[in-house]
Amino acid sequence: MKTLIISLKIFLFFTILTGIVYPLVVTGIVQVVFPHKANGNLIVEAGKTVGSELIGQQFDSTIYFMGRPSVTLYNPLPSGGSNYGLTNAKLKNLVEERKQQFIRFNQLDSLTEVPSEMLFASASGLDPHISPKAALLQVERVANARGFNADQKQQLQKLVLEFTEEPQFLCLGEKRVNIFLLNLEIDNIQ
Amino acid sequence: MTILEIIQILIFFSLLIGLTPILGKYMANVFTGNRHFMLPVFGWLERLAYRFIKVDPNEETNWKSYAFGLLMFNLTGFLFVFLIQLFQAVLPLNPAHLSNVSWHSAFNTAVSFMTNTNWQGYAGETTLSYFVQMVGLTVQNFVSAATGIAVLLALIKGISRKTTDKLGNFWVDLTRSTLYVLLPLSIVLAVLLVGQGVVQNFNSYETIQTLQGAEQVIPSGPAASQIAIKQMGTNGGGFFNANSAHPFENPTPFSNLLEMLAILLIPASLTFTYGKMVGSTRQGWTIFTAMIILLISGLAISLYAEYASNPVFGHLSLMEGKETRFGITNSLIWSTSTTAASNGSVNAMHDSLSPLSGMIAMINIMLGEVVFGGVGAGLYGMVIFVILTVFIAGLMVGRTPEYMGKKIEAFEVKMAIIAVLAPSFVILIFSAWASVSQMGLSSLNNSGPHGFSEILYAFSSAAGNNGSAFAGLNANTVFYNLTLGIGMLIGRFGVIIPVLAIAGSMGRKKITPLSAGTFRTDNWLFIGLLIGVILIVGGLTFFPALSLGPIVEQLLLNNGITF
Repeated sequence: MKTLIISLKIFLFFTILTGIVYPLVVTGIVQVVFPHKANGNLIVEAGKTVGSELIGQQFDSTIYFMGRPSVTLYNPLPSGGSNYGLTNAKLKNLVEERKQQFIRFNQLDSLTEVPSEMLFASASGLDPHISPKAALLQVERVANARGFNADQKQQLQKLVLEFTEEPQFLCLGEKRVNIFLLNLEIDNIQ
Repeated sequence: MTILEIIQILIFFSLLIGLTPILGKYMANVFTGNRHFMLPVFGWLERLAYRFIKVDPNEETNWKSYAFGLLMFNLTGFLFVFLIQLFQAVLPLNPAHLSNVSWHSAFNTAVSFMTNTNWQGYAGETTLSYFVQMVGLTVQNFVSAATGIAVLLALIKGISRKTTDKLGNFWVDLTRSTLYVLLPLSIVLAVLLVGQGVVQNFNSYETIQTLQGAEQVIPSGPAASQIAIKQMGTNGGGFFNANSAHPFENPTPFSNLLEMLAILLIPASLTFTYGKMVGSTRQGWTIFTAMIILLISGLAISLYAEYASNPVFGHLSLMEGKETRFGITNSLIWSTSTTAASNGSVNAMHDSLSPLSGMIAMINIMLGEVVFGGVGAGLYGMVIFVILTVFIAGLMVGRTPEYMGKKIEAFEVKMAIIAVLAPSFVILIFSAWASVSQMGLSSLNNSGPHGFSEILYAFSSAAGNNGSAFAGLNANTVFYNLTLGIGMLIGRFGVIIPVLAIAGSMGRKKITPLSAGTFRTDNWLFIGLLIGVILIVGGLTFFPALSLGPIVEQLLLNNGITF
């Protein structure tokens, strides 16, 4: 009985400390130091929130760069991947389909090597990044769909390079392009 | 692989090895009651806790009272988490208006977080309110890890003391682990993670219009505080369904490095603490070396398997279930570390790993979570294998086996065998049951051998208190919620109780002084023997099951066969 009472009391103590005080203290600190990041890196354009810098969006219109295949179609509720194993025939078929579709959609040569992140679905279903190579393959199509002249096309090409993030601190992670940010930016090209 | 990827592997291991003695030494000071720099900061909280529960911190107990206190405390935590899920709809901090959780899912989740498993049959963002995540789960993240450290501390006292039945005070060990180790590290990590973009707020989910004009609901919540302790405490339960693959849980390569380090940091450092507290840092480094050899070997095989080409996908890099910002190598350092430590968080979907990489993840768990393993739990599990190794070595040379001057006798060996067999029993028997019953098979997401792997992985993860998954398996059913829940209980307490019994028995023994005839347990020969015993025990137990799953799947993949 004595042990039970001690258990209950120390449990209460830890619940208040680690379940209430700890998250509140952390929230307090970060809301002062990193308020933008703590609230989801939301991007506001003309008074309207257009998305989060970190969360990908579904892009299937010809005027935008398309992102990775997402099992959830970029619906964050809930996030997740396909969980297909490599010997799953569905995955094999999907990869073949996506390859054909990417080539058709971007009017590429049928022998083009399509970067693998465009063929395989991401883990979160929300991956906002693709490789620079996958972005460059789409420049021509986006420019045509937007009726860009040669000058603007060049500007678009430069923009892709500008939005290419190097590995963090030069050595961590992969080279990548955040296509949500890129697409947001190209809406501004005149 | 590129040079850049090799550099990232080197950075990771250098940081891990470099930080081990620093944190290890600090923890040894904390646990032996020496002065340390956190005392002025949180010392008053420790004293407050003892006054509140009316416990004298200098009063020590025998192993049975220690175990009883531990069980009562865990039971309290279980009941609390279970109940608040059943009533979350009427509880505060539920801006997404999520409904009450079903009884079987609530049971599974409560067991899962109490046992430091953090297996998740549910999706966080669509199932649990901020209140349950914070007041229920975050608390268990702390105290289940502290419970693991407490058991280890009792074992250390049993080994290093002589002719006593006093193993310390569970409440003191629990409080010090939480206040001086887990809490400060988590605060620092949480703030660093938010600096990279992890969310931490109490806002409602935000509905936005995408650039294409569709609606997207962006989830939110106090994620960073939970993620920090989920990594530090080898818990692994994600705030969001995609766990650390979710951009809000792990937004950048740097946050990824921090989180990967956090997975292994405390378990690795505890080997140093252990050496310090038993009076020989060499003994600690011996265990560390055996662990890191197993870890690096696993990583090497995983990388090889993942980068190899196969007839189904040719030379494509296998990005299914992986995030662009991490790429393949970072996903595999994570998958190897998270399963070696009983963390279980993921930054890539293990279900979509190549069969052999998935197998390494499974083997790391099946070996008993002793390759660093859970906070505290990994090391006490490893000491069980150390006892088996000195026993086997003793049989080979015909001497009474000894460890740290303590004779290893029939009782210790019996308890060690129970601790090894309990999780193995769960893995094999429950997997067999699920594989032949409709209740088990109807949850599969893949067919062929990979389907069997999903089942085998689930029960390994439960029994090893890991919590990662071949997540295609729909485990939120009555059958899986209950069997996995029971598996987690057996895997946790079926090891803790024998370990405490060993601690009690060893504490009562005399210490035989070191002599020329003593079998050394701090050299390369012993490291080799220890690794041998771990692999043989694990291999003999699980090779047949693995052959039916990942091994045959890899052979089929190599022949281009799909299902």
